[in-house]
Amino acid sequence: MIELTHLQVLSAGLFCIGMYGVLSRRNAVLILLGIELMLNAVNVNLIGFAVFMDPEHALGQIIAIFVITVAAAEVGLAMAIILRLYRSRSSVNVDELNMLKG
Amino acid sequence: MIALVLFYVAAAISIGGALGVVMTRNVVHAALFLLIALIGIAGVYLLVLADFLALVQVLIYGGAIVIVLLFALMLTRLQEFQGSLENPQWPFAAVGSISLFVVMIAAIVSSNKRGAEEPIHTGFRDIGSSLFTQWAIPFEVASILLLIALIGAIVIARVGDEK
Repeated sequence: MIELTHLQVLSAGLFCIGMYGVLSRRNAVLILLGIELMLNAVNVNLIGFAVFMDPEHALGQIIAIFVITVAAAEVGLAMAIILRLYRSRSSVNVDELNMLKG
Repeated sequence: MIALVLFYVAAAISIGGALGVVMTRNVVHAALFLLIALIGIAGVYLLVLADFLALVQVLIYGGAIVIVLLFALMLTRLQEFQGSLENPQWPFAAVGSISLFVVMIAAIVSSNKRGAEEPIHTGFRDIGSSLFTQWAIPFEVASILLLIALIGAIVIARVGDEK
């Protein structure tokens, strides 16, 4: 049968792949894709603990719903910022974005 | 037993999709690989009887977020994407991610939390009633957050006020 450990290992794998994506890419959109993967890994972990260890409250499922909500808001705002950056700098390469550097 | 086999299939789909996201050379393919990974994760949710979350995952991630990402990729299509997509520091990123994975696996093995023998189903009715009684205030705060994000996105991305 499926056990909690299976979900934890899947979550750890997804989180590390997402972290590699965030750290290694230079395109802002691809970095955002890595962040989405990391958020999903957290959700897998939350739901694993909810269904195996907290049957009467399902707290993990409620928190996962809020995580998905925040992820949707984050993607909308990040896309707006990326479009704006692209229009003013014609680039979404995060290595070139140093306007805040004094 | 069959659930375990299906779980391995869904987990392989999601891990494969995630590897595609971080490995591919094509930005549009990366977004489509993300879609594959998200659908695989929705399958995992179904297999552990979190059916409401599987539905939300497909609707919001598969239906909304990936579409927004594809739109943004379409609007920022540029020849610079033909160049290298990786930072020079990608080997350090790989070493860091793999070592974090090893540490996490060690923690999972040593903590040895087992929980219940089988996943326990929580119905739509229970999730809905706790969302609207115990978690009503966070729920309203989340809706205000979405409204703020909506207005903020419109204000930031609006055409015509670029000095």
